[in-house]
Amino acid sequence: MTTKHAIAGTRFIANETQEKWHDETLWMVRAKRDKQSRSLPEWERLRDLASAIKMYSNSHLDTLLEEFERNAVANGAIVHWAKDAEEHNRIVYDILKQHGAKNLIKSKSMLTEECEMSPYLFSKGIDVVESDLGERILQLMKLKPSHIVLPAIHVKRQAIGQMMEEKLGTEPGNYDPTYLTHAMRRHLRDKFLHADVAMTGANFAVASTGEIVVCTNEGNADMGTSFPKVHIATFGMEKIVPNREALGVFTRLLARSGTGQPVTSYTSHYRRPPEGGEFHIIIVDNGRSDILADADHVKTLNCIRCGECMNTCPVYRRTGGYSYTYFIPGPIGINLGMLRNPKQFADNVSACSLCLSCSNVCPAKVDLGEQIYKWRQKLDRIGRANPEKKLMSAGMKFLMERPALFNTALKFAPVVNHLPRFMVYNAANAWGKGRELPAFAKESFNDLWKKNKVK
Amino acid sequence: MKIGLFIPCYVNAVYPEVGIAAFKLLKSLGLEVDYPLNQTCCGQPMANAGFEAEATRLALRMEDLFAAYEYVVGPSASCVAFVKENHPHILEEAGHVCQNSEKIYDICEFLHDVVKPTHLQAEFPHKVSLHNSCHGVRELHLSSPSERNIPYYSKLRDLLQLVKGIEVFEPKRIDECCGFGGMFSIEEPEVSVCMGKDKVRDHMSTGAEYITGADSSCLMHMQGVINREQLPIKTIHIVQILAAGL
Repeated sequence: MTTKHAIAGTRFIANETQEKWHDETLWMVRAKRDKQSRSLPEWERLRDLASAIKMYSNSHLDTLLEEFERNAVANGAIVHWAKDAEEHNRIVYDILKQHGAKNLIKSKSMLTEECEMSPYLFSKGIDVVESDLGERILQLMKLKPSHIVLPAIHVKRQAIGQMMEEKLGTEPGNYDPTYLTHAMRRHLRDKFLHADVAMTGANFAVASTGEIVVCTNEGNADMGTSFPKVHIATFGMEKIVPNREALGVFTRLLARSGTGQPVTSYTSHYRRPPEGGEFHIIIVDNGRSDILADADHVKTLNCIRCGECMNTCPVYRRTGGYSYTYFIPGPIGINLGMLRNPKQFADNVSACSLCLSCSNVCPAKVDLGEQIYKWRQKLDRIGRANPEKKLMSAGMKFLMERPALFNTALKFAPVVNHLPRFMVYNAANAWGKGRELPAFAKESFNDLWKKNKVK
Repeated sequence: MKIGLFIPCYVNAVYPEVGIAAFKLLKSLGLEVDYPLNQTCCGQPMANAGFEAEATRLALRMEDLFAAYEYVVGPSASCVAFVKENHPHILEEAGHVCQNSEKIYDICEFLHDVVKPTHLQAEFPHKVSLHNSCHGVRELHLSSPSERNIPYYSKLRDLLQLVKGIEVFEPKRIDECCGFGGMFSIEEPEVSVCMGKDKVRDHMSTGAEYITGADSSCLMHMQGVINREQLPIKTIHIVQILAAGL
């Protein structure tokens, strides 16, 4: 009885040192978040507001996005609309082509990951350089992010040092984080200086001003957009907020939730094109309007990508981001993957004990755990139900609907207590993998009651 | 006040002593308690596994069994939460308006919020670590969830404070999941066991002799880990402590 997540998760757990480190490190982030959230007496009110604003914005996209476009155009930006990933990537490439650009410097964007933009641009001969430290490390290592906010959380400094030795010519055996950071800084400085076009995502887009807001801790988005004459900003359409008052609610929640900081080091508002240059903004749908029409899952559009549902998830912490088959892992990734392609990403739905910590930690009150429960109900209909679970459920149904049979089964159940170990603890017994079975009582409660022994 | 005692399938089969303690405890507080015979299961295992429809007849059956009672009280927070949260929409599809959801209580919640005893006879001179089970905390609100910025409260701790000689502790990760999760425990057994080991060790770090909580299912999972690893700690359902000496 198994899913791809269970198999990959088992592999992750097999390296106990790494698993413990991963669990404890991300739990530390959760603890920092708790401290920050408790420093604001109005925390729960902020969550309510954030959720209400998102529900409002996402149900008024028609007017808010058009208001954004009007204001952005008035600011001098060029606004593009992309219905899907393909159109998005083509728009980016066309802009690059128009400017004869070969070097693109980009800050972190989960949307460009979603659109698989970098591989597309590489195939067109564009050198795409990630400027976020973690993302650049992964790019040089040819790895994918394992967390949406802490993308390289699973990579240890020794591995990074070895990669930098090979790729950037750092001193062999020098794994000192400060030394490596300085070396990476020099490497990226060169990329910043020679980029033709800068690209950023957007954490928020403000309808009333036509500006986009980018939050980073490294200032890499700011550095990236400082030199090139062309800036492309791209965002999924649920990033819209009505105005700056609404924005304030989210900037107060984002870093506190995501990394346990009061605010990100840099919160940059982009409004006008660089002097003498161009500011392109791409508004992307890529399946979001389908989610809008799905009452059970519409709240996934509330997500501000803080990543805290991963940090709090007891399953994510112990299995790592790569154990999930969708590029976004953890509770939000389970749900977004199912919305993307339920048949393809059904393996992640098992990665949940339904503890509901994610739903309670989420700053925008996405009902993450409840939605996973709902997805489980849909698996059978799409032919992705686990056959053994299905059989067990059907067996339980049969037994439990027949009290006389159930009571008889309980009379004989204690026999199991005395079976030889090899008959009970074998490959067919998933429970027995790391746990002893409970012993059946000699007499069930029902029997005891009938015999008047409960007094 | 007529109370129907709800004994979930696994308590019936594996932990009848928890049912007996629940009965004695309610009786000792002068309440009228009855056990409608031939109960089986609320349907949660199938529903959490993704087969909610297989819970429909069981939910209907529970409605019949408890129709005559003013309150339904059970010693299992997760099963109670399932009836409360999910029976209404499951039954709605069968054209039935759920009655149980409004009158069902976990026994701790019932004692704390309805009966409100000011003293108990119980004595339990031991150190215990409170297991704040997920559905007890986040669905039935038996204690303040650690994720929320709301003042600390714990209905379980309040009740245990009525027990003489007891010392109550809580683990560092105060309400992290123990990894049981119904069929999760067999669909992702390695992850489930890993979570279980971590949770038991966290409870042990308090110096407690017992892990106690409102959910026999979590306790069953942790006891399975304890027995396999031969760890020096035991599990006991909270009603067995509250009913100690009865």
